[in-house]
Formats: sequence, structure tokens, C-alpha cells
Amino acid sequence: MQEASSTQPHVHAPPQGFLRKYVFSLDHKVIGLQYFGLALAAVTLGMVLSWLMRFHLVWPNTRIPGLELISKVGAPGGIITPEYYLSLLTMHGTLMVFFVLTNAPFAALGNYFLPIQIGAEDMAFPRFNMMSFWTTFAAFIVLVLAFFIPDGPPISGWTAYAPLSAIGSDAGPGLGWGQNLWAISIALFCAGSLLGALNFIATTLDLRAKGMTLMRMPICTWAWFITSCIALLAFAVLLPACLLLILDRTAGTSFFIPSGLVVSDRLQPHSGGSPLLWQHLFWFFGHPEVYIAILPSVGIVSHVLINSMRKPLLSARVIIYSMLSIGFLSYMVWGHHMFLSGMNPFSSLLFSFPTLTITIPATIITLIWLGSLYGANIRMTSAALFALGFISMFVSGGVSGFFLAQPSIDIYLHATYFVVGHFHMVMGVASIFGVFAGTYFWFGKMTGRMLNENLGKLHFWLTFIGTYCIFMPFHYLGLVGNIRRYSSFVDDFMGPLMPVHKFVTIAALITGGAQLLFLYNLFHSRFWGQPAPQNPWNGTTLEWSVPSPPPWNNFGEKHPVVYHDPYQYGVKGSTGDYVMQDSPEHVAGG
Amino acid sequence: MSTTTTTPVEIHAVPEARQRDGVKARSAAEGASRSGIWVAMFAITMSFAALTSALFVREGSAGDWQRIALPPILYANTLALLASSLTLSRARHAVNARSFMNSRTLQTAMVWLVATFALGLLFIAGQYQAWRQLAAHGLFLSTNPNSSFFYVFTGVHILHLAGGLAALVYLIGQLAGSHSAFRRVAFDNTAVYWHFMSVLWLYLLLVMRAKI
Repeated sequence: MQEASSTQPHVHAPPQGFLRKYVFSLDHKVIGLQYFGLALAAVTLGMVLSWLMRFHLVWPNTRIPGLELISKVGAPGGIITPEYYLSLLTMHGTLMVFFVLTNAPFAALGNYFLPIQIGAEDMAFPRFNMMSFWTTFAAFIVLVLAFFIPDGPPISGWTAYAPLSAIGSDAGPGLGWGQNLWAISIALFCAGSLLGALNFIATTLDLRAKGMTLMRMPICTWAWFITSCIALLAFAVLLPACLLLILDRTAGTSFFIPSGLVVSDRLQPHSGGSPLLWQHLFWFFGHPEVYIAILPSVGIVSHVLINSMRKPLLSARVIIYSMLSIGFLSYMVWGHHMFLSGMNPFSSLLFSFPTLTITIPATIITLIWLGSLYGANIRMTSAALFALGFISMFVSGGVSGFFLAQPSIDIYLHATYFVVGHFHMVMGVASIFGVFAGTYFWFGKMTGRMLNENLGKLHFWLTFIGTYCIFMPFHYLGLVGNIRRYSSFVDDFMGPLMPVHKFVTIAALITGGAQLLFLYNLFHSRFWGQPAPQNPWNGTTLEWSVPSPPPWNNFGEKHPVVYHDPYQYGVKGSTGDYVMQDSPEHVAGG
Repeated sequence: MSTTTTTPVEIHAVPEARQRDGVKARSAAEGASRSGIWVAMFAITMSFAALTSALFVREGSAGDWQRIALPPILYANTLALLASSLTLSRARHAVNARSFMNSRTLQTAMVWLVATFALGLLFIAGQYQAWRQLAAHGLFLSTNPNSSFFYVFTGVHILHLAGGLAALVYLIGQLAGSHSAFRRVAFDNTAVYWHFMSVLWLYLLLVMRAKI
């Protein structure tokens, strides 16, 4: 029980030496930036993988120079084999869902800003915080190692459905050591995330500054807190599931492998296991994972929008309650991923109902945003643009969820590009837009330098239009019956759809290229950007009451005291149209 | 909060700087570690709930569910673990008896702590013996689903118990070393976690008796 031992240095000494400052740092801000860097590396790799897949889909016989150097077997002569396509797909999904969508909005930005926003000097358990990052980092290395083993990465998709994921190399390339590395990586990731979630929860509950009641916490703090509660339960289930998978693969047990399974002309030496059991355990984690990815962005977008509109939301409380109910309901809907898995059809009905119900709080949140935006004189910063873009993506991607939530319609749409379009928009792109909004908003605070706004706006428009060009056509492809996870459609009845695929691929290449603007902006502004003032956006919350970047103990020697609700905008304050949370001045009605 | 310094060990020692608003009797950091241990136990409960539901699903998935006779030594191990919970409460009682410890209560606490640690080790040795007995009957991890779940349940439980043992070593080190470093919260948390391990074991035993 090392919790106890790690609380002692809660007010840890100022970091000394290079290692303690930048590598094995206990400072939540450095750890947040480390997570951010890891997510950046993962998203770059994941995006390149998606380029390779898109390229192969429309030009299956065109050589990709240099690819044969990475995998002689997977891409002989630079041409991707169907199996290697599945490897790329698996790695793309795993990298993006775990190392990007979980790390960037939650672990990275949450780590950096949650303690500051509640007025704490650091996380509750700084040593655990450091361990959780380095465990996650190890998970990343283990996963990427799969590219460099002879067998290559696994081909079972990010969901690693049993029994093929559980029986070893008989099931295909990458399902030997590649799948082992995958399972170990995910188990490590679970451990790291559990430590992180524990830290977030204890910090929020116990380290709030004087006057910082729960309802005075900014919406994004709430979002990170709720997310950590979801993550705690979700990863606590995925971890034992990975353990059972590893035992099936290495110790000869039969948790997930049924009797009489013949694969590659070989009777598998297992009996009686249940492939559905893996799906239940996996999706019990997997669906809440969607909300782990999206809720932090919901919080960040609310935070940014309020600041840009210079007025409070219609009701911040209702947003918080909606997020709580989303968190609660997220545990009752996992079966909607399994409508066609052989579950009892009556169970499908049971899972369909809460799935449709969960759209109600999501809709309420959206309506509150839209209602608040009505008539607002919004400051169109890059952060605000990405926040608005988030709403657009959230709605466009969310609407298709209504269709998929109904078992009868899902029978047709299951495993088509419709599903791929749906989750990329609502979970992938929307969540990333939240991260972009947060990055443009907080970069100055994190580095002491502002990002270039003009580049930011250009980045937004290219990305916004680009992602619609990529993922909207996916819905049409899916409606036509274009199945997902196939490496080519050249000889298929889908031939006439190839122009659509070509359009998508070109859009993907351009939109991906536009992200270089963002990377350039990050690196250039980090060193040569405009110096960031303490409160560049006239914000009200505690992160704007400290220097940019904040000192190692956040608030120096003082202990902040909070007097107001988080968003006192549109009021007459001594400094302008806002009053900061730690300002003792009186606010009428505040 | 008392700040008397006439006795060697000050149980409630909390640095001034942590007393954010001066009203709360305990520091924020202490509160956080108390919350932390409950959150951790919640997550562990969830993991074992997942494993239990996996057991139920697996039982129904095929006709290969074959009951195995649990090694009787498990009951002796259970007694050892329950006794360790008892000795740990005695240690806690010694610490709680007065606000400040004199060398006598310190010694008492130490004796009970060492006894707890020894009983914990005894429990693990006994579990290992149970594994050997099952193996002697030809029941290994992969023999059948029942034996698989037996090894998984007992193994994962021991892994978690090892964390408790590490905490006990930490406490013993603190009591033996500089007294001023002793922190009540570490003691309380260890006790809560250790009792939780006992309750968890009783639950697992119950499940295994009913199903395995």
C-alpha cells in the first residue's frame, strides 16, 4: 500500500537536477506535458498508419517506397499485403483509442490543469503520478515493438476478438508474439490508467483550496473528475480480461477458446471457453472508454466557449448533471456492440434502450451550448473555432448513433463504413477537436508563449472541412454496404464506389498534411512565439491567477482562496467584464 | 489538534503549511490518502467482480465444468488471515489507546505488527501449499476451467496481499526508525486495506466453495 508513503512529499521539494526536473518528474505539470508528448508521438504514428491504409485501399498495386524496410513480409516490394493491412488497422486503432484519445484530453490536459484549477500544489500522490506516466510509456514501447518482430503486429483489430486473438500464430501473422505484446501493452496501460484515475479522484476530493466547493469547480475539472471515475471502473475490468487473455495464449487455459476449434487445419488444444465472454469484458470497458475520450473534451469545450462568449452558460449545473448521468449510463450499454455476436435477441433490446436514453443527456448538453451561443458576441479565437467545430462534429457523429443503437437497423449497418464514420466523428475527431481547443487556449499557460492565431485559424478550417470530407462519405459507403476491415475492393461489387474512396483518400492526405501546420505552430511558438501574459484571455478560473508557465508549486507561497462560482463573466469587475474566482470583490448575484 | 511536545512521538503531526484553512483537524494530504485507499479498494472490488462474472459465464458456456475438491489447508489459511486481521487491530488499538505513545505502547504495537506480518507470510505459504496439493492431484492452471479459476483467484489475491505486506514492512520500519516520521494515516490505511484483503478472501472462498 504505497499510497501512504507517497503522500508525505505532497508539498514536494523544488525539483533538483535534470532527471528529476524533466524525466522522472513529480510535478503534475511536467507529467501532463510528458503525456501530451506521448500522445503527439502516438497520433503522428497512428495518422501515418491511416494514410498507408487509405493509400492501399485506392492504389493497391502502387509501391510505397521504403515500406518494405519496415516489414519484408508485410509489404514485400513496398506493396501492403491484406494481412499487413489488418496489422496497420489494429495498430492504428489501438494507438488512437488508448494512447491518443485517452492520453491527450484526459491524462495530459487533466494532469496539467486539474490541480491548478482546484487550487492545489500538486496531485495527491505525485509518485503515483510519475509511475502512471512511465507505465503508460512502457505500454507504448511494448506496443510499438510489435512492428519490429518478425511476425509483425497483430491482425485482430483494436478489439482483439477471441478466439482468434487467443490461440496464437495458427490464427494468422502477428497473432503469435505480436498479440502477446498487444495484450501486455494494454495490461500495462490499464495499470497506468488506474493509478492515474485514483490520483485524479483523490486530488479532486481532498486537495481543493479553501472556498472551492464542488459546485465551484470549473466544468472541465468536473469532466476530468467524472472521467476518472469512469476510467477507474473500466480499466479495472479490462485488466483482468487481459490477464485471462494472456493466460489463454501462454498457459493453455480455455477462458475464451471453445471446444473443437480448428484453425489452419489444426485442432486447437482448448475446450469449453466462451468467445462471447471476451466481448462482454472488453466492451464493458470499451463503451465507457468512448466517454473517457469524449467527456474531457465536453468539459474543455464548455470552458473555452464560456470564456469566448464572455457570458455564463444557460446552466453549468445541468451540464455537470448530464455528464454524471452519461457516466452512469455508460455502464449499461456495452451490449450494443454485440447485437450481431450471437447474444440473445432480447438482450439486444435491453441494451438498445439505455443506448437511446444516453442520447438525452448528450442532447441536453448540446442544447445548452447552442442556447447559450444564441445572441452571444463570440471572440473567434482558434480555441473558440475548435470548440464550435467540436459541437458540429459531436452532433454530426452523434446523430448516426441513433440508427446504430437500434438492433434491427444495426443488422444491416453492422461492420460497415457507416459504423467507422460514426465513431471516427463522434469519438475520434470530436475528442481531438476538444484537445485542439484546449491546446490553443492553454498553450500560453503551459509554455509561456502564445500559439500563432492566424496559423491556428487556417489549421482549423482545413481540419474542419477535411474531416467532413473524409468521414461524411463513410456513411454513404456504409449505407451501400461497404464492409469495413477489407484491404481492397477492386474485384468487388463495390467497384463503382472507388471514386468515393479516392476522394476520401485524397481528403485524408490533405487533412493529415494540414496537421503539419499545427506541429509547426507548436514547435515554432514554443521558442519564438509571443510571450504569454498571465491571463491572455481574461479568464476567471485559477489557472489564470498564476504566472505563465506556473512555478513548480503552482501558487508560490500563497494558498488561493476562492470566493465565486467559476464563470463570473459579463459582470462589472475592477479589471473588466469578469471577476476572477480568487478575487474577493463583491459580484452582484454571484 | 494538540501540539504538546512532551512525549516522544506526536501522532497527529501535520506540518503547519498543510493546514489550509486551519479548521479541519486533518490535513488535505491525509484526507487524500484516506480517499485514495478507498478508491483503490473500489477498483480492486471491480476487478474481482469482473473475474467472478467471468466464472459464471464460463460455467455456463460448456459442459466441462467439473467440481474439484478444495484443499482443506485453505481453511487453516483462512484462520491465519483472520488472525492477522485481529493482530493488526490490536496494533491499531495500541496506537489509538492514547494520543501519544510511550515506549511501552510502541513496543506493544510493534509486537502486534510483526505478528500480523508473520501471519500474512504464513497465509501465503499456506496458499502455496494448497497449489502444491492441487498439482499433486494433477490439477494445474490449464487442467480444467475450475482449476484455472482457482489459480487465478488465489494468485491475484496474493498479488494484492503482497501490497499489504509491503505496507506492513513500511510501518514496522517507521516504528523502529525515527519516531517523528510515524504517520497515523499510513497506519489506518494499512489496517483498512489489510482487513479488506481478509474480507475479499472470505468472499473468494465462498465463491470457490459454491462454484469450484
